[in-house]
This record gives sequence, C-alpha cells and structure tokens, in this order.
Amino acid sequence: MNVQFRDRPEPASSVSVKTAIADCDIHPARATATELYPYLAKRWHEHLETYGKHAYQGMMEGPPFPKAQPNASRRDAYPPEGGPQGSSLSFMQKQHLDPNNVALGVLNPLNTGQGIRNHDLAAAICSAINDWQIDKWTAKDSRLKASVVVSNEDGVAAAAEIRKRAGDANFVQVLLLSRNVEPLGQRRYWPIYQAAEEAGLPVGIHAFGYGGNPITASGWPSYYIEEMVGHSQCQQTALASLVLEGVFERYPKLKMVMIEAGFGWAPSLAWRLDKNFERLHSEVPYLKRKPSEYISDHIWWTTQPMEDPDSRDHLLELIEWIGWDKLLFATDYPHWDYDDPSRVMPAGVSDANREAFYLGNAKKLYGLA
Amino acid sequence: MTSPIAGGVDCDLHPAVPHLTSLLPYLNDYWRDQVTTRGMIDLISQSYPVNSPISARPDWRPAQRKPGSNLEDMKRQALDPHRVSYGICNPLYGVQMVFSEDMADAFCRALNDWLKKEWLDKDARLRGSIVIPVQSVEKSVAEIERCAQDKRFVQVLMLVMGDMPLGKRHYWPIYAAAERLGLPIGIHAGSNYHNPPTSVGWGSYHIEDYVAQAQAFQTQLTSLIVEGVFARHPSLKMVMLESGFTWLPAYLWRLHKFWRGVRMETPWVDRAPLEIVRSNIRFSLQPVDAPPDPATLNRLFDHMQSDQLLLFSTDYPHWQFDGDNALPEGISPDLVRKIMIDNPHATYPRLKLAAMA
Repeated sequence: MNVQFRDRPEPASSVSVKTAIADCDIHPARATATELYPYLAKRWHEHLETYGKHAYQGMMEGPPFPKAQPNASRRDAYPPEGGPQGSSLSFMQKQHLDPNNVALGVLNPLNTGQGIRNHDLAAAICSAINDWQIDKWTAKDSRLKASVVVSNEDGVAAAAEIRKRAGDANFVQVLLLSRNVEPLGQRRYWPIYQAAEEAGLPVGIHAFGYGGNPITASGWPSYYIEEMVGHSQCQQTALASLVLEGVFERYPKLKMVMIEAGFGWAPSLAWRLDKNFERLHSEVPYLKRKPSEYISDHIWWTTQPMEDPDSRDHLLELIEWIGWDKLLFATDYPHWDYDDPSRVMPAGVSDANREAFYLGNAKKLYGLA
Repeated sequence: MTSPIAGGVDCDLHPAVPHLTSLLPYLNDYWRDQVTTRGMIDLISQSYPVNSPISARPDWRPAQRKPGSNLEDMKRQALDPHRVSYGICNPLYGVQMVFSEDMADAFCRALNDWLKKEWLDKDARLRGSIVIPVQSVEKSVAEIERCAQDKRFVQVLMLVMGDMPLGKRHYWPIYAAAERLGLPIGIHAGSNYHNPPTSVGWGSYHIEDYVAQAQAFQTQLTSLIVEGVFARHPSLKMVMLESGFTWLPAYLWRLHKFWRGVRMETPWVDRAPLEIVRSNIRFSLQPVDAPPDPATLNRLFDHMQSDQLLLFSTDYPHWQFDGDNALPEGISPDLVRKIMIDNPHATYPRLKLAAMA
C-alpha cells in the first residue's frame, strides 16, 4: 500500500483498455492557501488571517501526530506545475483518472470548515468549498462528482447548505467526518439527516474529524499509527450511536457510506449489537428491528484501506458476511495508503461481483446507473 | 450444547462487594472515619447497574443483595456445574473511580484483603486478581508486591478505559513488577469515566457504553503493541477480560497493514502485531459476539489463526449465555481442552504453585 518508493513508469497514453471503475474516495486539494478566497466574503479573509481556524483540536493540520509523509500523500503525486498533491485536475487525470479508467470519481474534500469552533466561519468555508468543487473540478471533468460539505456542528446551517445543493447534479452525497463533538447519532445532527433524506443524497461518513474528544476512551495516544488504526474504532462507535439513537427508524430512506474506516469490523460489531440488544431492548424501545438489520439496509462501505489477510478465503468470507452489493471501491488518491485497483481483488471472484464491487454498486447508490 | 470438561479454569468470575461498609473492617482508622464522617455512598460503577439485565443472568439473580455477592450461589451456579479446578475472581467494585490516589489506594488494599478473607479463604478453588490504584504507579507497584506474597493472587487487574492509553511508558513499572512476579496483567471491561467511554464522545445509553468496550480493547491493544511493552517485557502476558474476541482478526489485519506502512515510527516493535498477540495476549471466552450457528463461529476461529488465544470464562454472574451453554456449540473436543485447561495454565503460572505463601 505504501507506494512512496515504488518506481512508477509514466502512463504510455491516456487511453486505457482497463475495465471502468468508480473511485469513491478522492481528495482534491487547494493549490494555494487563498484559493478559496473568491468564494468567501472579505470579512472571512481577514478573520482567517487574524485568528486562524480555531478548531476543537490543537494543530488541526496534524503535527501532534506527524503524518508519515508530506500531506499524508504519495510523493509521486506532486503536480509538475507546483502545489500539493491532489491540487491539479490535469495531473490527477494523467496520473489516476485516465490510466485507471475511473468512470466515476467521488470528491471528498478534507481540511474544510468542519471541526471549526466558530460556526459562522465553518458554514462560510463549507459553502465556499462546495462552490470551489464545481468550478475547479466537476464542471471541468464530468467523471467527477462532489460531496456537499456541511458545517457539522451546526445542524440548522448544515441542513440549509444541503437544501441549497439539492437537485444539483454536481453533488452525489453529503459529507461528514466520523469524529465530532458528540457521537453522530445525537440529536444535534438530525437536521443533517433529515435534509439529506429529503434531497435523496446518501451521507458519507469519512474517517477523521475534529470534535475535541481523545481518539481513545482512555485519552490521547502517542503515535500516528494509533490515530490511523483508531479511526476504525471511532467509526464503530459512531455507527453504533447512529443505530442505537434510532436515526434509521426516524429517517427510513437514509443511506450512509462508511468511508476509509475499513469494513472488516462490520460483522463483529453487528453481532455484538444484536446480542446486547436482545438483553437491553427496554432501554431503546423505539428500535423496531435488530441493529444488524439497520446496518445491512442502510450502510455501504468504501474499500480502502482494504483488509489484507494472508488467506484469500478469509477475505472472501468476510465480504460474504457483509454482502458484495455493499462495497464501493475507493483508492484514497492522492494519499499514501492508496489502494491500487489492479491489486486489491483476490482471484476467484465472479464477474458479476467484480463489476458490482468496482463500479455497479457505486453507480446504483449514487443514482448514476 | 458443548459440555465443559472437568478440571478447567474459569478465568472471569465477579464476586460483588455487598456495600462500601463491607470494606470498613479492612480500612485503617483514618479511612474508616472518612467513609463514615463524609457519608460516602456505595461505589457502584455505572458500567454495571445492579438491575441491568446484563449485570446478572435472570436465573442467577438473587431475590435480594447484589448479584455475585454470595459464595454459595457462585458455587452452585458456576463452580460446581462447570466442574472447574480453579476460578479467578475479578472484583469490579468502583474503587478506581475516585479521583484521590490516596483514597483509591486505601480502597484497593481493602478490596484485596476483603477478597482474600471473604472468598479465597472460603473455597480452595478460588484465585484472585490484584486490584490496583492505577493513578499512582508507585502505589500500584507497592500493592502488587504486597499481595503477590500470597500465591493465590494470580493476576493484576486494570480497567480497559482509564486516564491514559495503557501502553504509555508511565505504566511500565507496573508491567515490570507483574512480569517479575509471574503475574499476567488482566484488562477488564469497564471505565473509571475520567474520559468519555467512546473515542467520539459521550453516548446516551448503557447499551452504547457496553458495546463500546470492544472498541476500547482495540485501541488499548494498539497502544500496548506499538509503545513496545512486549519488546521490553517479552514474557509478560496480558489477558483481555470480557472483551469479546470476534473483532480480533479484522482488527489485526488493519493494524498489520498500517504497521507495514509506518513501522519506521515505532522501530522498537520488532515483530509483526499478529505474532505479538499470539505470544503475549489472551482473551476470555465470554462474551461470544457471534451468530449462533457453529459454521460461522468455526470460520472465525480459523480467522484467528491460533487455538491458544482463548481462556474459558463464564463472566459470572453477568448474562452472556443461557442454560449450560458456557461453551459455544460446535467446537472440537481438542479446542475445548485447550480453552478450558491448557491455555489458562500456560497463561497463569501461579495456578501450579502451592496455595499459600
């Protein structure tokens, strides 16, 4: 998965004969710090330059857990014209979209207005990011689709932003991160789910985020690897909260995508929820079905970083437990832990399952079939 | 149903302290006076509310008193029917909750002495875990050394959710003392509630906290492995108690993948995480978070790639299984023997020692 030292030949041509795929987790970046300014009121330019982002976590950009490489991204993904990895459409096309024959690429911008304590600033940056996604990316390459980035801690502002984008074909989902001030099932986030359901947009929950809570139930750990592995535990508890608070009972048409947090933990979490639900149902009487049923009806999973057991059978059994119709292929381009589409799939998978995994499930979920 | 075989070890039993006043005889004058003068109430952790269904199996729930507070009940309901040679007592009384390290120390000492007198002295099968005031490493080490003189204490007990991740160097003197004295570190479900019980904040419900124990075990395992506890203490065993285990294979696949990617960050981790788990980490059997069909469970055992990881436990009096189904259906006689006898003895060397100091 770590491709930093791998010699990559230049793609011979932008015309590919590979089977088309969807990439459900692409991270577009800004080339400069001021690239968003045209989309932000002047007041906010001054505010950002004077006070900064003022987040729920010291040093949002990462130094408390320094990444393994600059911008947590592939060293071979710097665009020739300068700027950080993922900031150039033409280089993304040349390095990733064309050679891998990406027919659908879902953009998940990070480092946005989410996790900022000033909720007005948060909402302004999120809205700016959404305009920027159209201008810089989706209007210029019809394979790319945007996510509605919302001010996560202000449910009312977030719902307004979703309604503003509803029906705009540039957007295919709403984007949240897993780590917020409270677990995602809490009521402060319900307006987001209501607006997403009304707009017919799935809600993607991407690993990461800044809510001020330590990334373990025992305080802050020491290392970047603990943060990286820990995102899967954050995602598990966030999903448990969504199920147990009754979000899927209240919003029965809501679909959610768990992004970049793994999927191997899903069966065990569902079994554990079911077992305890049997005994503790009286505490959450509004739940009408077993937790595992809400999960299998409402949740999709992106694949990267793909579980990588020694035994091919173990991976195939795991996928059977989750369902071939629930996985959405993703590379995480341009991040360092990128999954190469030509290397993740074990042998012995039927053509139908392979097609669903790489493209069909995503097109169907995002309404592009 | 899979029948238990005679001579096994039940690695997770919970004798309950009837009330804080039960510890008064084991406190010195100062602390006895503090408890009474300040009107201290019973230290019931919200991890296991007394009347919660999971706190006691319905047919094990006494008409009065706390579940697990009566030795005769424990014999009749757990020790005798499972025909065990040994049962390891892990008291979950809320002594780690108090913020004063001096008070926590006094309560831990009293709890350990209470366990010895009220339980270990009364049934030769019973063995104990040393509960420590984790906030003070110095006091924890002293309590381990004090209790370890009695060979019936076979383990040191910590909670899975505390003030800091358990791999932090701060805690290492505890692990050095345990390794030196032949005591595994048992890490049990539960929290001192000094941090939110999930890594995304405070949830609303008891069921949410209980489900979240499994994720807390996962982050603690990461911390213990990547901080290098087992590179420093290669013969130290740690036992995850009431942790669940069906999450282990997928968790290790992820940890291993990231370790391969960023191992330059923790170069002292000299073996793959999977190998460290195989040699140093064990799991109590209950709860079995799996569907009831034996086929799936046997696939999970295969995914774990080792038959040495599980230790028999009933989690008495907690409600993890019904009837005689302490062992899951469909497991092989060979695995039953390993889970009930071989693995616990390989984990707890003190079980073989003569009973008294």
